[in-house]
Amino acid sequence: MRKRSVAALRAAAVVFLVLAGAAQARTVRWAASGDPNTMDPHSQNVGTVTMVLQQIYDPLLTRNRDLSLAPGLATEWREEEPTRWRFLLRQGVKFHEGESLTAEDVAFSITRAQQPTSNYGIYVDTVDRAVAVDERTVDILLKRPDPILPNKLASILIMSRSWSEAHNATRPQNTRAREEMFTTRNTNGTGAYRLASREPDVKTVLARNESWWGWGDPGNAGNVTEIVYRPIASDATRIAALLSGEVDFVMDPPIQDLNRLRAAPGVKVVEGPEVRSIFLALDVHRDELLYSDVKGKNPFKDLRVRQALYQAIDIGAIHRTTMRGQSVVTGTLLPEQVNGYVKAEDVRLPFDANRARALLAEAGYPQGFGVTLDCPNNRYINDEQICQNIAAMWSRVGVKTAVKSQPLAPFFAQIQKDDTSVYLIGWGVPTLDALYSFQSLLATRNGEQGDGIWNYGRYSNPRMDALVQRMKAETGEARQAAITEALRLYREDIPHIPLHHQMIPWAMRSNIQIPHMANNQPFFRWAVVN
Amino acid sequence: MLAFVISRILQAIPVMLAVALISFAMFAYVGDPVSIMLGQDFTEAQRTQLIHDLGLDQSFLMQFATFIGNAVQGNFGLSYRLSRPVAELIAERAPATLELAFCAAALAMLIGVPMGVYTGLYRNSWLSRAFLTFSLVGVSLPTFLIGILLILIFSVWLGWLPSFGRGEVVQLGWWSTGFLTWSGIKALILPSVTLGMFQLTLIMRLVRAEMLEVLRTDYIKFARARGLGNRAVHFGHALKNTLVPVITIAGLQLGGIIAFAIVTETVFQWPGMGLLFIQSVSAADIPVMAAYLMLIALIFVTINLVVDLLYYLVDPRLRIGRGAAGGH
Repeated sequence: MRKRSVAALRAAAVVFLVLAGAAQARTVRWAASGDPNTMDPHSQNVGTVTMVLQQIYDPLLTRNRDLSLAPGLATEWREEEPTRWRFLLRQGVKFHEGESLTAEDVAFSITRAQQPTSNYGIYVDTVDRAVAVDERTVDILLKRPDPILPNKLASILIMSRSWSEAHNATRPQNTRAREEMFTTRNTNGTGAYRLASREPDVKTVLARNESWWGWGDPGNAGNVTEIVYRPIASDATRIAALLSGEVDFVMDPPIQDLNRLRAAPGVKVVEGPEVRSIFLALDVHRDELLYSDVKGKNPFKDLRVRQALYQAIDIGAIHRTTMRGQSVVTGTLLPEQVNGYVKAEDVRLPFDANRARALLAEAGYPQGFGVTLDCPNNRYINDEQICQNIAAMWSRVGVKTAVKSQPLAPFFAQIQKDDTSVYLIGWGVPTLDALYSFQSLLATRNGEQGDGIWNYGRYSNPRMDALVQRMKAETGEARQAAITEALRLYREDIPHIPLHHQMIPWAMRSNIQIPHMANNQPFFRWAVVN
Repeated sequence: MLAFVISRILQAIPVMLAVALISFAMFAYVGDPVSIMLGQDFTEAQRTQLIHDLGLDQSFLMQFATFIGNAVQGNFGLSYRLSRPVAELIAERAPATLELAFCAAALAMLIGVPMGVYTGLYRNSWLSRAFLTFSLVGVSLPTFLIGILLILIFSVWLGWLPSFGRGEVVQLGWWSTGFLTWSGIKALILPSVTLGMFQLTLIMRLVRAEMLEVLRTDYIKFARARGLGNRAVHFGHALKNTLVPVITIAGLQLGGIIAFAIVTETVFQWPGMGLLFIQSVSAADIPVMAAYLMLIALIFVTINLVVDLLYYLVDPRLRIGRGAAGGH
């Protein structure tokens, strides 16, 4: 017994020494609710995957702290012709397993992202093919001019061709395959961190890549040597782990805990906007709504009804109470970080319940009507409460609203069948360009990649479609004019009822500095542990 | 005896099939895996192709038959969410759940039985009343609340125990164990207490009630008349006779502990099968959910069988009865 306790003490001492060593090793223990589903860079286009992979892999163009473009693996790029872009690669870049980066790797990666099993097709939708001109020059040939190609390429991570071929991974992970792909759990990037170990859903450890090309740049002053990512699904547990010092950085603290976290010793909350707009979309297509007591006609086709519903919403109340100040109220589709945003078009119709009642009466609904509002309850910040607030506000002007809230899986399954009359949704803009939003949300669905794929209210306006085509083709001022006109049309036509842009607070231990990013994707190259 | 075991195994087959059918039918309502797999950007053609690849355009019965056909061969397919073989995922997660369930059950038995005996023997002592009050708390508080309270006290306030995860684990072949490291053992404490709490109080109350019952019987009076000491009467005669229902309940509850570890595992981010199931539900990962539910059904069926067999060992009357009645 005695001997055993001595052994236990010794073991404890060893553990202690290891921990002390780890403290010097400058580890950041990072937690969020979800785990990356894969380590394949072109398979799943979701934040939980890219937030880890962008530490490991580099794109041709990377982003600064304000999300503006910066040189990544490419040091120079220019439009040679409207349909041909040339990228010059950085010299001396090596993959984690030792291969030198060549133009072949870049051409291969872009081709890989174009495969049918890729989830990154929208970023290379205009690309015809990528050609390695010489060791460090890549030409990207386009099917049609694409002014925002560099923005899109900032989302395409570059892999090693020889490594991918050696591991039979020349296409993104395929669900048809019966076998697990090598890239599901293994990586070989050029990035600031390499994957040291991975247990899916439990722990992912990244170790600093001392030979990363970017460490020489004084802007990349990060000193973190190890990142340990662990998903903790339960909100209460995640916050408890932060408060007790078991975790250093929580990316998604629940809003109701923020005040408590601010007051807690040793913990700080860093706030910033997110590039994600929350809005309501209406079925403006059907001749009779699926979920309404109005028969034989669709009230949402009447602009006056849409305006009434808009003006019935007291967004200030939602901002103050439900969001506790953590939202940026908006009257437009785009957050201000997105290319094309126009301040003058970001104007809301004022909250005015009497005007709303008058408009409803004018449209022929003096008694109002009933409708069901579809809502996710675990996707956006306070999504369900926002819907309940809106239902109450609409009911007050006579539109008796029932909220149907569901977890995201059944919610998206339902609305993607156009099986809804009005729904709340949030929209992030990974390309940081207006086209992405207008094309997906407001263009008529025509089978072309990207057009109208998230337009479940089936808004269709030839003027909007023409503007989207102009955004695709034109450049410079002519393009901005098209975006501005589309933003104005959005205000006039009210296809959506805009609500707010989300704020994303990050919580961390006081001795850590991680710059807040509006795309909710931390870069540890800038993280400092004191 | 052998005939009994075989007949029980035969009975288990329709049970398993029924579970498979019901769980499969439920999947129609958990959401659409396709929309989750496709993400934000896709074309209608890609969507149709994926539905076809996953076999979701086939009729319900066809899908079910394919699933059973593959399951019989031990092939549960590839997880939609993680793109890894389901059997491998579950095998990876099983040790965590089984170790947790074992600790919780052991805790419940080792503490619950003595507490039950004590409260049965000394009905009116203040300690008995304290135990009973405590057990009421254990029965009435929901598991997640107990878990969060324990985290608040022992992790946030006192800082003694970790609030999540398994600590450092050691791989013994394919089995990962937390018993061999100090951090692993520390990590086991709070989840085990949380998971075992309900069972502990149940066993305690059960043993108490049975003890009170048995102590009143003639059998005990005769034992005392034979001049046996308190110790022999209480433990040799009384406790032994309370064990049949206790074993039944404890055994059936073991299945429950494994199955309902879901809540505890979610609260403590315990990387077991329950957490895997919850993560699969949110992604509509049908292959994992189906395999998990089948496994849980199998565990319940097996435990029932074992409990039946244990009766034989504990209760001599059953052995004679069964022998005489030819298996019934």
